[in-house]
Amino acid sequence: MKNRLILLGRYGLLIIIALIFIFPIVFMLVSSLKPDEQLLRDSGSLLAFVPYGDLSFDNYIEAFRRVPIARFILNSVFITTTTTILALIVNSMAGFAIAVPRWKGKSIVLAVIIATLIVPFDTIAIPLLLIVSKLPWISFTGCESSAFVCLTTNWLDTYHVQIIPFIVGAFTIFLFVQFFRSLPYELVEAALIDGANWFQIYYRIYMPISGPVVATVTILTFLAKWGDYLWPIMVVQSEELRPVQIGVSYFFQLDVAWGEIMAYLSIITIPVLILYLSLQRAFIESIAASGVKG
Amino acid sequence: MSTSGSAQATAVSPTSASSQKFGRMRLQEARAGVAMIAPAAFLMLGFLIIPFLMAFGFAFTNQRLISPNPTEFVGMRNFERLLTVRVFPIEAEIDPATGDVVRDEEGTIVFPRARNFTRDNPDYPELDGLQESFSWVRGTTQYTVLAGDSVFLRSLFNIFYFAIVIVPVQGGLGLVLALLVNQKLRGINIFRTIYFIPVVISMVIVSILWRFIYDGNNGLLNSLLGLFTMGAFQPIDWLGNTQTAMPAIMMMSIWQAVGFHMVIWLAGLQTIPGSLYEAAQVAGANNWQQFRYVTWPGLRNTAVFVLITITMAAFSLFTQVDIMTRGGPLDSTTTIIHQAVQRGYQKQDIAYGSAISVFFFLMVLTIALIQRYLTRDRD
Repeated sequence: MKNRLILLGRYGLLIIIALIFIFPIVFMLVSSLKPDEQLLRDSGSLLAFVPYGDLSFDNYIEAFRRVPIARFILNSVFITTTTTILALIVNSMAGFAIAVPRWKGKSIVLAVIIATLIVPFDTIAIPLLLIVSKLPWISFTGCESSAFVCLTTNWLDTYHVQIIPFIVGAFTIFLFVQFFRSLPYELVEAALIDGANWFQIYYRIYMPISGPVVATVTILTFLAKWGDYLWPIMVVQSEELRPVQIGVSYFFQLDVAWGEIMAYLSIITIPVLILYLSLQRAFIESIAASGVKG
Repeated sequence: MSTSGSAQATAVSPTSASSQKFGRMRLQEARAGVAMIAPAAFLMLGFLIIPFLMAFGFAFTNQRLISPNPTEFVGMRNFERLLTVRVFPIEAEIDPATGDVVRDEEGTIVFPRARNFTRDNPDYPELDGLQESFSWVRGTTQYTVLAGDSVFLRSLFNIFYFAIVIVPVQGGLGLVLALLVNQKLRGINIFRTIYFIPVVISMVIVSILWRFIYDGNNGLLNSLLGLFTMGAFQPIDWLGNTQTAMPAIMMMSIWQAVGFHMVIWLAGLQTIPGSLYEAAQVAGANNWQQFRYVTWPGLRNTAVFVLITITMAAFSLFTQVDIMTRGGPLDSTTTIIHQAVQRGYQKQDIAYGSAISVFFFLMVLTIALIQRYLTRDRD
């Protein structure tokens, strides 16, 4: 009997904490289905969490009408996926270069990479803005007259300005270095005897067994890029290039309709939530992997 | 190249040939290493190191985003403005008739205003342009803190306040949660999953949701507190009050990020071998003793990692503030990064914003080095 009570107490505590962690999200999802008057009235009581009354998808329909959501989601998916794939290639290669082959100066390079970890992006955003406003790019669209391809001298208001500066990541390189260093060097020796070159060792031997780090990097890069906020505000003016987070500002102009805001927040949160819940083991293990050896 | 190489190899002794082959392999190895780091090095140089060095450079100029005048080198001027802080004693006004200090109707001593000294006062040229930050009274003297930039001084105070609360509380709660979800209970994985949910939701979304929760009129927090106290609780405008705005942001930040550190602690916990606990139980250790002598020493490296990551994240506080309060009310939630972005981007004073960034970098670097030193392995 006593054991039962202790068990009950343990679960009770766990459940109360769980409620603290999910109440804002439940509130968001439930509110997105309610008309504004009811939403504001209910938020004064526990009814805020109860889906009842005049429930409908009107807020969603209205949100879709007010904001080009599909376009924003496509933009975010494109930017996020491209950044993640390029980040995996570039950073794993860098991690391999530091962890495996011997060359002069690599300890200095690693020290510089680790030092950049304490530079928060927000502090270099402005000089970076000045740089990207003067960089050349080969453009296939937006050329003058009927030219098929032309040279532009400004990265502002493009997709690549939202991707290229974010490919390389010190922390990501560091994760790959740690993982590659933990692998036995016999792998390299055997491959060299077989006549493989270093690039083959990297992509035929090391990459296929680095699944756990690849998962970690994919998830961390994806989350960071999906939540990107300051940079898109600074560099993107055209509506057709904007990512999802910027869409929120549309709802704070003119009249603030909370139901629609909740609907929009739900739309951009639900894909991430589904992804997380279906891959939750990988999510949690990958975060744990990022810290355990640190 | 290969023909000349083999021709040489036939001409010289076999040992030298194999050492030459070895040398060629080492060269290939080095070339491969450099080639494979090149893309990352190039991108890092262009998009991280050069902008960072530019910020360093701008900090010593008067660069603006758009300016008709050419940029000039101004030496340490930005930093002087940023870091000037003086305590200036102001004596109470004396009534010339009675010789007593002047008091208002409520009996409080009347002091001359600080701006009398800081605005074009020929007697105090060193105070010219300084801003009044805060003051305290002792006897008939008001000690006034004057700063070159009182908002920056405030942001410095705010960020230390935030970090000093966040680092132990978030780290500690993370550990408590990790211990809770490390229990061997049926369905414990569900709770792990739930506690981690806020981490995967973007800070922009979380900030907007919590703005609604903290609302002074109809906010969820006020109504829930009212409900649990049977209506005894007086509603508070959490984000609109200088006393509660920062604690409100702290609470929300902990809520969002604590799951992350729970998982880090959990990973640390799971590296501690179960045999150690069995041995401790055999020796008659109670739960607290097991934690104190088995768990905590086993978490040493994890604790250092958690300490350093929370500290760095805490000092970089920005997004929540920008969305929830924009630094207000009355600068009570502004932070260093918020000031850097405000000055550099919104007010387009790139030089001054860069000076703030440089100061921030040096400050965080110093703190990280101190933490690293204090937590070093003494063995």
